[in-house]
Amino acid sequence: MFRRLPDSPAETLRFTFDGAALTARRGDTVASALLANGIASCRTTPAKGTPRGPYCLMGVCFECLVTIDGTGNRQGCLVALEEGMRVETQAGARRAVAP
Amino acid sequence: MEADVTVIGGGLVGSCMAYGLARLGARVLVLDEGDVARRASRANFALVWVQSKGMGMPQYSAWSYASSEGWAGFAADIRDETGIDVVHQRPGGFALCLSDDEMEARRRYIERLQAQPGAPAIPYEVLDHAGTKRMLPDIGPDVVGAIYSPADGHVNSLKLFRALHVANQRRGVTYRPESVVDSIEARDGGFRITGAWGEARSARVVLAAGLGNARLAPMVGLDAPVIPSKGQVLVTEKVAPFLHYPMGTVRQTDEGGVMMGDSQEDAGFDTVVTNPVISVMAERAMRMFPLLRDLNVVRTWSASRVMSPDGFPIYAQSRTAPGAFVVTCHSGVTLAAAHALVLAPQVQAGALADELSCFSGTRFHVPQAA
Repeated sequence: MFRRLPDSPAETLRFTFDGAALTARRGDTVASALLANGIASCRTTPAKGTPRGPYCLMGVCFECLVTIDGTGNRQGCLVALEEGMRVETQAGARRAVAP
Repeated sequence: MEADVTVIGGGLVGSCMAYGLARLGARVLVLDEGDVARRASRANFALVWVQSKGMGMPQYSAWSYASSEGWAGFAADIRDETGIDVVHQRPGGFALCLSDDEMEARRRYIERLQAQPGAPAIPYEVLDHAGTKRMLPDIGPDVVGAIYSPADGHVNSLKLFRALHVANQRRGVTYRPESVVDSIEARDGGFRITGAWGEARSARVVLAAGLGNARLAPMVGLDAPVIPSKGQVLVTEKVAPFLHYPMGTVRQTDEGGVMMGDSQEDAGFDTVVTNPVISVMAERAMRMFPLLRDLNVVRTWSASRVMSPDGFPIYAQSRTAPGAFVVTCHSGVTLAAAHALVLAPQVQAGALADELSCFSGTRFHVPQAA
């Protein structure tokens, strides 16, 4: 669905999504890295369990929520991808856990 | 006349009155402001709360308790009529205390409240830390204890607001938004109500305009000296259910967000959210439930709530313009059932019951000493 612009940075980063090994580029957000890999759905809603994916890409719509390195409900479009990140589907509501 | 009753105000109080009147077959017209109205109904904390109500007026304690007792039936009626579940739950509620002094003060307060002549015996328990933790496993070490009352509950007040509007529409209530009322005149055994939008006539009129009642009431010989009380609320992201009871200041909604609230300020019509206030609220909530610490707050808001000089509702029929009623209160959610099922039928019958006479605005006419 998406193609990279010709002037994208060349440095490749490795990450996982639900355990699958993927790559993207330095400068990608987590949301754009998922989209670049053809992943259109990254969460299910707390209310009805409907699948959703990145939409506004500017921090407003909260559709791109994912679990990153164990922390739930992160906005994928506001987090820069880092080498080795463990990204997972945000399935329904996040769990509140005691610190 | 186009309507038997005109209800001025389309918030929760006005909608409940319109609903109760329409159920009895009245032709009802609701005149409302628009989306920019100071609408406490869209900003409230959504408790159906009883345990701490009525210090100084035991009748208010009884009235709140009666409404909470009627709430389950009210919610069932609304669901049957509209298909909308307003998620009324009554698991009981907690007032959590963060120091021994606070615990002692709250325990004494409830004792004094219920020792008032005529005050209802609302069931409650005084719990220590261990007793509280058995019911609320996620409390922090700073919680020294709690007052628990099985009478307390909560609801989704936005769904309630919508459901009332749907129910009223189905029952043929005429709803006119953007209809600010400029004048009300008693004439020809009824009322002529006018504004930039035109005019309406009806046999009766119910003033349910929240803070607007202060301006409207004198037009028909009533008194409703209500002023704004600023309340601020925070809500977190949606998380899996972990709070199975409402607190007076913290509750988890049916959809998962955790609301923190209960600030009260005299700030005129200012509704700016201020960091000192919300940070104190958040700090107390985090001491109650340390697992809130890692959650993201997604919205904060504040609203002008409706406050009478003594904090209690004002219900009265005009002596100089019979057929004009004022209905105004702070707790439009808790009292929704009482308004729809008890007060509205009295308005329909043309007279308020004697036991509500203590709520008349004439109580503020006592000459000021000194």
